[in-house]
This record gives sequence, C-alpha cells and structure tokens, in this order.
Amino acid sequence: MPSLISFRRRIATVTSIRKITKAQQMVAASKLRRAQEAAEAARPYAEKMSAVIANVAEGVRGQAGAPRLLSGTGSDAVHLVIVATADRGLCGAFNTNIVRLARQRIQALLQEGKTVKILCVGRKGRDQLRRQYASMILETIDFMGKKHIGFGDAANIARRVLEMFDRGEFDVATIIYSRFRSVISQVPTAQQLIPAPIEAVEAGGAQQKYEYEPDEGEILTALLPRNVSIQIFRALLENVAGEFGAKMSAMDSATRNAGDVIGKLTLQYNRTRQAMITKELIEIISGAEAL
Amino acid sequence: MVRTRHGLKGGYDVTEKIPFDLVSPERLVLSEEADMVTLPGTDGYFGVLAGHMPLITTLKPGVIDVSGGTLGDQRFFVLGGFAEVTTTKVTVLAEEAMPMADVDTVALDERIKDAEEDILLAKSEADRARAIDTVDALRTLRASL
Repeated sequence: MPSLISFRRRIATVTSIRKITKAQQMVAASKLRRAQEAAEAARPYAEKMSAVIANVAEGVRGQAGAPRLLSGTGSDAVHLVIVATADRGLCGAFNTNIVRLARQRIQALLQEGKTVKILCVGRKGRDQLRRQYASMILETIDFMGKKHIGFGDAANIARRVLEMFDRGEFDVATIIYSRFRSVISQVPTAQQLIPAPIEAVEAGGAQQKYEYEPDEGEILTALLPRNVSIQIFRALLENVAGEFGAKMSAMDSATRNAGDVIGKLTLQYNRTRQAMITKELIEIISGAEAL
Repeated sequence: MVRTRHGLKGGYDVTEKIPFDLVSPERLVLSEEADMVTLPGTDGYFGVLAGHMPLITTLKPGVIDVSGGTLGDQRFFVLGGFAEVTTTKVTVLAEEAMPMADVDTVALDERIKDAEEDILLAKSEADRARAIDTVDALRTLRASL
C-alpha cells in the first residue's frame, strides 16, 4: 500500500496541474474572443474580393490569355499542399485532425501518381508530417513568439507561393486548415488556391455591368495574387480562432478531469489514513489484552 | 429639401449622399455617407458622387478624400487596393489604410526606406514600376505633412 506521504504528494501535483489547466483555459477563452473578432473583421474584405473576382472573371472566362492564376497551367502533375496548423499543442485533436486530412489528401494524390510538395505553416503540422513525408516538405513557417497574425504575415506566405508558381514549380495549390464553425466544432477543410476556383454568379441576379479601369485582364492580374493572400489570411485567422476554441474545451475537460482525480486520491488517502489508525488501535488493544 | 432643386443627372440626384465603405483585410476602417469621395485611381485621381457609373478600378498608393461625411471631412492614406463603385455605393478594398491624423513621420520614413529597398530588389519590370509608385506616393505624403 502506498504511504500517506506519497498520496499527499500526488494530490499536491494534481492540484497544481489543475491550476495550470484552469489558467490555460481562461487565457484561451480571452484570446478566443479576440481571434473570433479578427476572423469576423476579415470577412467583408474576403467576401467582396470573391464577388468582384467572380464578376470580372465571368467576362474573361474561356478567352485565350486569361491569367494563369485563374485558368491554371494546363496540367495538374505537381501539387503544392499548404498545411496550416497551430504552433502549440494542448489543444485537443485540433492539429491531429488537420494533419489527418492532409495525410489523406497527400496519400490520394500520390496514388494518382502526382508529385506532392508540402509547405508547413505552423510547427505542429511539420512535427507530425516530418516522420512520413520529410523529403516532400519544402519549408516550414511558424509564428512562434508573435502576438497576433497580421495581413503582412499572410502576404509573405502568398508571395513565396506565387514566386514558386511563377517559376513553374507546381500546378495546383491547396491550403488545408481548420474552418471555425463554433467553439466546440472546427472542421478541417481543404481549399484550392491556385487556379482560383470561381463561384458561379447567381444567374438572374441583378448583375452589375461595370466599367473597368484599366481593362478586365489587368484588373484580374492585380486581383488574383491579392486574392491568394487574402484567402491564406482568412485561413490563418480561422485557424487561430479554432486553435483557441479547441484549447479552451480541451483545457476545460482537463480541469474537470483533474478535479475528479483529486477527489479519488483524497478518498483513497483518507481510507489509508483511517486504516492505519485502526491498525494501530488494534495493536494497542490486543497488546493491552495480552497483559 | 431645397438642395434637390439643383442638378439632376442621369436620373440620380447628385446632391444626394453616397454610402462609402473603406475595408482593409484586418477590419472595416470606415463606413459612412459622404457628399463626395475622391479616390487615387491607377489612371489618376477621380471623384465619385451619387449616381456615378458602375466602375471597378485598381488604386495606386495615395490619399482618399471623404468630404461632407457625417463626421466631417476625413482623409485616409492607402497603399494600393481596388475600388468598386456602383450608382448607389462606393467600396474601397485597401491593402493598408490609415487616417491621415495617425500617420507619423518616423514610421513613414521607415516605410520610405523599405520601399526604396524594394526598388532595388524588384525582379520584374512590373514589380519595379509598382515599387517606384509606392515610393513616390510615400514621398508626396511625407512632403505634405
């Protein structure tokens, strides 16, 4: 039977763990609010952007000389998969879910005989993918030590991706991230970036006839790279919100679990203590009787 | 309203206010109604009144002038972006937008230095032209302070 002192130590340990997880949970909750606001604030821009691109692309579709970011390179032999995860753990299955989707994608692409290149955004994704696909990982970008992710960070990633595209290093780019549905639900999602998927303009809707300045082609050439940045930015923001949401619920259940463990340990501790007292009493009494 | 007696143009009353949204990737910077909005289009500055023809244009770095808004006249510095104008609304999607009042000279000098480096580092002709535009706009802004 474990000694009383070891019980006391274990209870102390679990109590401090509970304090830590509780603190983590509260930190995540307050960060979540800010991250959610940021994700919502970024929405109007992204929506307007896709609406305008859909509108402009309508006019250019099918024409020769449409920008390559829209029409693609004409082949799909080389795929770039951008895996966006969090930099830190302690957020339940958040990172694992993203990586699982990424792995399925990569496996499916490899089976079709495509070449796959991986760009990791976030440390955790790299850590998990490195074991299996070390040779395919081109680069890892992380935001360790950054307070919050700004548009500039997303633009830097986009610039790197576009440079690679211009050099013809891949044909199709997809970003895998976690869509923030609610605090308890984050859905791993794969979204194609290049060639840009065009949402169909609702037929019969009040479609505006625009004047373009300069012409459509030039506007598209200016907009499409920006669209890549904004989509990456949006993915990163959703990821951050999702990370804190997942962390909050993971830390909440950890705190509750720690509470349960403390209860059980305390019960065992008291039982052991009482058993020892009883034993000592029996010893004294039977000693006295023997006299 | 007495003002509506003034010019009616193309069926729209040009003295009416036009809703104006200035959006940056990070947030909605401004949303209000103004008499006129002046935008730094790629082909030069242009003013927008209510009833402007629908237009989509890219912007170059420069200053947006919002006059006759509910909060008085306001000016914003933008670093490129694009604008969508319809007869009833103006939306500017700016890469970076800040009120002129918040522009401070030290930060601006740093930006100019950055932008000048960009000119040297530019790989393509188009990149170079864009970098030069940015430096010009920043210098003009600096001089106007």
